[in-house]
Amino acid sequence: MYEFILPDLGEGIHEGEVLKWHVEPGNTIVEDDPLVEIETDKAAVTIPSPKGGKVISTNGKVGDTVNVGEVIAVIDDGSGTAAAPAKKPAEATPVKETAKPTSDKKPVEPTVAPVIGRPVPAAPATRRLARELGVDINSVPASGPGGRVTFDDVKNFAEGKPSAVPSGTPAEKAAKTPTAPEAEFAAHAASTIPLLDIEPLPDFSVWGPVEKEQLRSIRRKVARKMVTSMVLVPHVAHMDEADVTLLEEFRRNENERRQGKSDAKLTLLAFVVKAVTAGLRAAPRFNASLDALKEEIIYKKFYNIGIAVDSGRGLIVPVVKNTDQKSIIEIANDIRDLATRAREGTLEVSEMRGGTFTITNIGVLGGTGMMPTINYPEVAILGMGGATDKPVVRDGQIVIRKMLPLTMAFDHRIADGADAARFVTEMVRQLSHPNMLLLET
Amino acid sequence: MVMGSLAQETEVAIIGGGPGGYIAAIRAADLGKEVTLIEERESLGGVCLIEGCIPSKALINAVDLIETAKRAKRFGLNFGEVQTDLDGLRRWTGSVVAALTKGVAGLLEKRGVEVIKGRARFVGPNELAIEGGGVGTINFKHAIIATGSKLTELPPGYDQSVWSSADALKLPEIPEKLLVVGGGYIGMELGLVYAGLGSKVTMVEFFPSLLMGADADLVDVVVRSCKKRFASIMVDSKVVGLGKTAIGFAANIEHNGETSTLEFDQVLVAIGRKPNTDNLGLETIGITPNEQGRIEVNTENRTSVPHIFAIGDVAPGPMLAHKASREAKVAAEVIAEYNAEFDNRAIPAVVFTDPELAWAGLTEREAEEQGRKVNIGRFPLTALGRARTMGRTDGLVKIISDPETNLVLGVGMVGPHVSELIAEGTLALEMGATLEDLMVTIHPHPTLSEAIMEAAEVAAGMPVHINPPRK
Repeated sequence: MYEFILPDLGEGIHEGEVLKWHVEPGNTIVEDDPLVEIETDKAAVTIPSPKGGKVISTNGKVGDTVNVGEVIAVIDDGSGTAAAPAKKPAEATPVKETAKPTSDKKPVEPTVAPVIGRPVPAAPATRRLARELGVDINSVPASGPGGRVTFDDVKNFAEGKPSAVPSGTPAEKAAKTPTAPEAEFAAHAASTIPLLDIEPLPDFSVWGPVEKEQLRSIRRKVARKMVTSMVLVPHVAHMDEADVTLLEEFRRNENERRQGKSDAKLTLLAFVVKAVTAGLRAAPRFNASLDALKEEIIYKKFYNIGIAVDSGRGLIVPVVKNTDQKSIIEIANDIRDLATRAREGTLEVSEMRGGTFTITNIGVLGGTGMMPTINYPEVAILGMGGATDKPVVRDGQIVIRKMLPLTMAFDHRIADGADAARFVTEMVRQLSHPNMLLLET
Repeated sequence: MVMGSLAQETEVAIIGGGPGGYIAAIRAADLGKEVTLIEERESLGGVCLIEGCIPSKALINAVDLIETAKRAKRFGLNFGEVQTDLDGLRRWTGSVVAALTKGVAGLLEKRGVEVIKGRARFVGPNELAIEGGGVGTINFKHAIIATGSKLTELPPGYDQSVWSSADALKLPEIPEKLLVVGGGYIGMELGLVYAGLGSKVTMVEFFPSLLMGADADLVDVVVRSCKKRFASIMVDSKVVGLGKTAIGFAANIEHNGETSTLEFDQVLVAIGRKPNTDNLGLETIGITPNEQGRIEVNTENRTSVPHIFAIGDVAPGPMLAHKASREAKVAAEVIAEYNAEFDNRAIPAVVFTDPELAWAGLTEREAEEQGRKVNIGRFPLTALGRARTMGRTDGLVKIISDPETNLVLGVGMVGPHVSELIAEGTLALEMGATLEDLMVTIHPHPTLSEAIMEAAEVAAGMPVHINPPRK
């Protein structure tokens, strides 16, 4: 019997989501044939079977998260312990409720050093249920006090239902931490307009045909992150327009002049990245994170600007690193490279981590502006609208200028409107006067 | 009991009729299996019932009465000098053992378990040879090895006529001066019995402390009490020679590199037990005991030979009857194809000293060894109403919990009747209880059990009957 443990997926990835099983229990698999497809933060990976034989069991349904080091499949490769006798139907007895799975427990357990927190707390009946359902109780999200796994937790887990308490990132956990005393919260809940009383969805099919799609993978991740950000962070948006007429002229001329070079074409985004970096250096609060539990602000002394990319697989945010040390040309090259590989799905996980500020450039697709959601735990995000010719007043005259609408959303917990106004005004000034960008960044 | 006939067939053969074997037999039979139990002794129940836990508790209970009678002077009661009738005491312990062994035989008979007297040895993967009490063989589908343990051999230089714990339990005499070699739970319990019956007891322990395994703060309470009852307690000491003299024994006791010779009327050696895995024919079925002579098993108590199981003292783990009994149920249920597993979170340890000592789960010492941060709540019995009414304030309950989650990780206690109280702590550990669970549960007043609730409250920083920690 061979227990296949999800191998290290590299780059500090500890978990992945099951996209597809290539086999079912009972199938026979040949060594190196595809066993399972796992999607990580980075990409979908097909994991081949390290052994040939009969697949006894698989762990993790499509959409489930599996952890590195967990047994994800048991394959009878002809080695090891003989299987236990055939299953027998349930009988009326106090202890037995379902048939027993075959015994593939290790014949002899070696003495292992105790692992703190393992096994998870759970009552004996709960542990038995987990055994019967073939569930590793240590991977069941716990809803009980002190991390105790309850009977219902195991049942929900086995049925693929969400647990009462989703296992979450520290951020999500922080979001759950009540800031007001429980009693005060209860008083609110008694109000006729309850704070958090989410009604179940109506049956839409009453009104017309519907189609359902499981929320999976990047979509699910985006959903989680956005809710975290919107629930946790008091967003404030500051809006302005930059007159990019001169900058656009300069940019177009430069691109023409530089034609034939291997460098990327200069984009407006690259200039905005540079202007943002200058702004962050002057206003470090926007290059920070707030640890609400410890009540401290963490200022980052590095400038890594995330660029929201519509990758085709969903929204992902590759990061241009150390923008304070890069020229605009280098930044443009980085953006081209990251965006291309984001669409190809060949980004390294490390290229999507460590961002300190995010820019979403939705304007290229149209629209006069948007209200972006902060990429938590960052504290600010800049949304770029589309640069369009607009009539504006200059020296008492109506003139046509190329105007770039900008919206910066920021976390009002650690910055105020005046900070944002200064930040955006300075950025607008630089974008409106490209020579300043040259001199001051 | 029937004699082994020439060749028999059975579904489940169980070797040994102690608290592992007989319980496995009952559970397997109740789950529809045909069971044959092979026992070497004349009666069922094993060491625990015949010459261990049961007779010793009968004796301890009797001796406790002597101590209680002495203490009663404080209550305004005077029972005068206690008259001990050794024959009466022997009859009492004998009657307790007899009733229970008969009870076990009756239980097995009712279940239709066939009990064969003899000594079993594997001669093939599905065959046992039975020697003594009629030669025969038994063919089985499954076997459970539940042969228990025996006393370790006497060290070299020891006269063979010293008492074992089994000898001492028969109360051959009350020696004037008794040497007890080994300060583990057996030595301590029997030492106190003989001290209570009038012997001057000298305790010699090889290790630096008595009752190794228990936390020092709990052991200290027991040691304080024993110091009043024993003539002498010598730790870090070793009996290097034990010879017979005209009137008794001369013991050479080594301490700090120096050897002194002391005279005793009798010597009780209680220095441990070893598993009965010899002469079982294990080699013929491919089972090799580990260095400690134990048979390795998985969580189903299955050995490396999948249709053969091992439970109790022959399997790894503490040599305790209640651990054997739980494993017995696991093995029987697994054989009957039920989904059972020995996944217990705590095996309680109980010492019937006076005061009693009990613990379950993580100890403070283990937490230290693991470098694990824990929260400890101690509640002294001096602050407990019920303990006062009994005149027994020598004790404490402590609860070890996780500082992050408040999960109960360990429970330790010393005091009167804590052998009973530990069950609540063990349940808390099995259920994954938090401090709050123990604090919120209403404990009857006035009882000793309140100490558990109070200790949980201390651990949570909200004590009622002792002063809160200074802020």
